[in-house]
Amino acid sequence: MTEAPILEIRNLTKTFGPVLALSEVKFELFRGEIHALCGENGAGKSTLMNMIAGLLQPDDGEIVVDGQRVSIASPAAAQSLGIALVHQEIALCQDATVAENIYMAAINRRRMPLMNYQKLYCDAQRVMDLLAPIPVRTRVADLSISNQQLVEIAKALTLDCKVLMLDEPTAALTESEARRLFAIVRGLKQRGISIVYISHRMAEIFSLCDRITIFRDGRYVATDPIEAVSPDDVVRKMVGREITQLYPDKLLPQEKPGRAILCVEGLADGKRFADVDIEVREGEILGVGGLIGAGRSEIAQTICGIRAAVAGTIALNGSPLNIRHYRDAVDAGLVYLSEDRKGSGLFLDMPIAANIAALDLGRLTGRLGLLDRRAEAQQASCLTRRLGVRMAGVEAAVSTLSGGNQQKVAIAKQLSISPKVIIMDEPTRGIDVGAKVEIHRLLRQLASQGVGIIVISSELPELIGLCDRVMVVREGKIAGELGADELSEEAIILLASGVQQTSTQQEEAKNVA
Amino acid sequence: MSLRQAGETTMAVEIKPAGRRGNIARMATLREAGLIAIILALCIAMSFASPHFLTWGNLRAMMMSFSIEGIVVVGMTILLIVGGIDLSVGSVVCFSMVVSGALFLSGLDPWTASLIGIAASALIGAVMGFFVTVVGLNHFITSLAAMVIVRGMCLVVTKGTPLSLFTLPPEFKALGQGSFRDIPYVILIFVMVVAIFDFLLRRATAFRKVFYTGSNEKAAQYSGIKTSHVKFWVTVLCSTLAGLAGVIYMARFGAATPTFGAGMELNIIAAAVIGGASLNGGSGTIFGAILGMALLSVVTSSLILLDVSVYWQDMIKGCILLAAVSIDHFLHSRKF
Ligand SMILES: Nc1ncnc2c1ncn2[C@@H]1O[C@H](COP(=O)(O)OP(=O)(O)OP(=O)(O)O)[C@@H](O)[C@H]1O
Ligand SMILES: [Mg+2]
Repeated sequence: MTEAPILEIRNLTKTFGPVLALSEVKFELFRGEIHALCGENGAGKSTLMNMIAGLLQPDDGEIVVDGQRVSIASPAAAQSLGIALVHQEIALCQDATVAENIYMAAINRRRMPLMNYQKLYCDAQRVMDLLAPIPVRTRVADLSISNQQLVEIAKALTLDCKVLMLDEPTAALTESEARRLFAIVRGLKQRGISIVYISHRMAEIFSLCDRITIFRDGRYVATDPIEAVSPDDVVRKMVGREITQLYPDKLLPQEKPGRAILCVEGLADGKRFADVDIEVREGEILGVGGLIGAGRSEIAQTICGIRAAVAGTIALNGSPLNIRHYRDAVDAGLVYLSEDRKGSGLFLDMPIAANIAALDLGRLTGRLGLLDRRAEAQQASCLTRRLGVRMAGVEAAVSTLSGGNQQKVAIAKQLSISPKVIIMDEPTRGIDVGAKVEIHRLLRQLASQGVGIIVISSELPELIGLCDRVMVVREGKIAGELGADELSEEAIILLASGVQQTSTQQEEAKNVA
Repeated sequence: MSLRQAGETTMAVEIKPAGRRGNIARMATLREAGLIAIILALCIAMSFASPHFLTWGNLRAMMMSFSIEGIVVVGMTILLIVGGIDLSVGSVVCFSMVVSGALFLSGLDPWTASLIGIAASALIGAVMGFFVTVVGLNHFITSLAAMVIVRGMCLVVTKGTPLSLFTLPPEFKALGQGSFRDIPYVILIFVMVVAIFDFLLRRATAFRKVFYTGSNEKAAQYSGIKTSHVKFWVTVLCSTLAGLAGVIYMARFGAATPTFGAGMELNIIAAAVIGGASLNGGSGTIFGAILGMALLSVVTSSLILLDVSVYWQDMIKGCILLAAVSIDHFLHSRKF
């Protein structure tokens, strides 16, 4: 590639107070290439994207677009340079409709005083349908987090851009939506649009991208053509060490899982799902798969009393539980990790320690109902160390953490009460390869200590690599269950979609794996 | 980021000693220090402009003037932190005053009458809390309606004319007029209320839930916090403190006027906001709110001493509010 890069970053530095987020990094993007940007949680990927998109200003260094040195003072400036960003965290207007969100930039630029809603809905639906059939007249707040992610992507597709930056677009998506996205991205590439693609999923990067740049600790490490490296090389460069085993050992066939810890029978919420039976046994990790909108999160939330049930019984260690409010579930030792960390998982403006303490203040309360701040800080530093959260200190606000590190804090919060059963909705969403291994190992360790673990995941390799048994949900019903020896991507997709796949799709599924 | 040297294992992260005051605490103290500096500067400037300003008499009068309102500010601040607002406090102050006054005139002893007045105020808070948490209206609309309804109730109870309470026994009047070694009881009560709630808000588990709820209500629910209970009780607390203030006003003035306290809510909300409470919930301190109150009161007192016409005073106070909130917004948006 001899032509000049369309976007070039030279010696860019960014600090947040005492924290050095990026130190003299460089980055080059050519016309019509898909360029992966990799690095651990907190390596500075999102920070770089935010600077290119005009949301943050660099302390030092140059941004060169089309050979011209530019300073990008605002998102509007970035747009006029033809740069669009899909944020890692969802940044939609929750009260506006999907269509209004998709065409926000166009509406903003519009000179005419009145809106042509008919046309707006029509156009928006066309764009949306490329990704998923989400009705564009719905309010964004009523969508699940993964659908919001799709809206966020659709929004970027309507911008007439030369450079499209996708910051972990698939973190909340299942295989089938992700595949549609890849097809669209490849189409954009064909049209000469350059794409920066950030993801922690190696398989995606290797099937989609042309080149890869790696950051570590805010520093530039290397840029390589994708053919010249192997996933292991990438991981090594990212983490600075070898990762030999991606998933911890499963239960051996002769080690039968023990007695049932959590028993759910005939659960129904009257709307989204009915007749759900779940059993989690001692020592095993139960996976839950299914398409977006199948009702997986709703089932989990109903078990925990966050949503109301109309029928069903729940028993913990043999004794029936009467859960009317999430508080009852937490008190019984049953916790739920939300898939939407920004909306319902974390208190972004509050300190890390306060976030971790939120589930059970009672444990940290001394005499006279006063909070023991020291115990709170101690608990937080212990758990954050265990999960490897990168932070300035436990009193720093959660909003100052990188996406993956926020996720680790959300997990730390669930662990803080030493739960008996943990239901995790997309536990490793946005978490880097190295930390993922540690979290999986931790879950396995908890399982072997007798904690019941349910993992809801859209990432098939995670379900297959981690779980001893996978339950697949389709349209609010349990479509089937797969034991360790029956687990495969095809088997899960088959159950999840309920239709026989065409052979090409199966091929593609293999490629993605 | 340089917290960790390359090559170390992922799980080994150097952690700074816990327990240091974090960014948020530092921001808050920064603002409070700023407010104190402004108040001191104003006082010093005023002492040159008017020799009467820095006399114990004037300072005491100033303290007196904001002490009773200060009790209401405490409740309002906590309510703002939980993400609510209460426009009815002025009416509730008055309600507590006229209910206690009317009961006293009907023969009850003033202490019992006062307790009933405060309880009645708490009940109004409970009704508002019901509409907010069970019916699902927002605090603004609910308290706006309550403001009008409760004011109407004051007029009904008094038939529109002030109750003259000069027969109140002296030991009750002392609550509002007497002093302990030159320090008025009013100020003592105020300092006590502030000290207690400031401490609780920073340290008590129950009040931590107020911050969680205000910071992100949904996340609080997903942490097993019964946010509607939290909101209900904070609404009740705010009205109860307004009721307490009403009773003290009654002791102070020896009268109960059905129009008293109209417009008070604006002053109180302004004080809390100047002191750092956010209208979006999740942040605020009582100490800050009291400093906000003190600033407004120093300004008022200065304007009076400087003979500035009453017509100008509100305008100037409004500008101060605008300036304070703008500076705050600027500081916050710079953080990102
Ligand atoms: N507003 C902020 N204030 C303080 N520190 C910040 C702020 N934003 C980011 N940082 C720090 O900058 C570093 C880089 O963060 P960034 O979000 O770019 O990481 P990332 O590579 O996107 O990680 P992830 O994979 O977890 O999304 C992190 O250590 C983070 O704590
Ligand atoms: Mg990021």
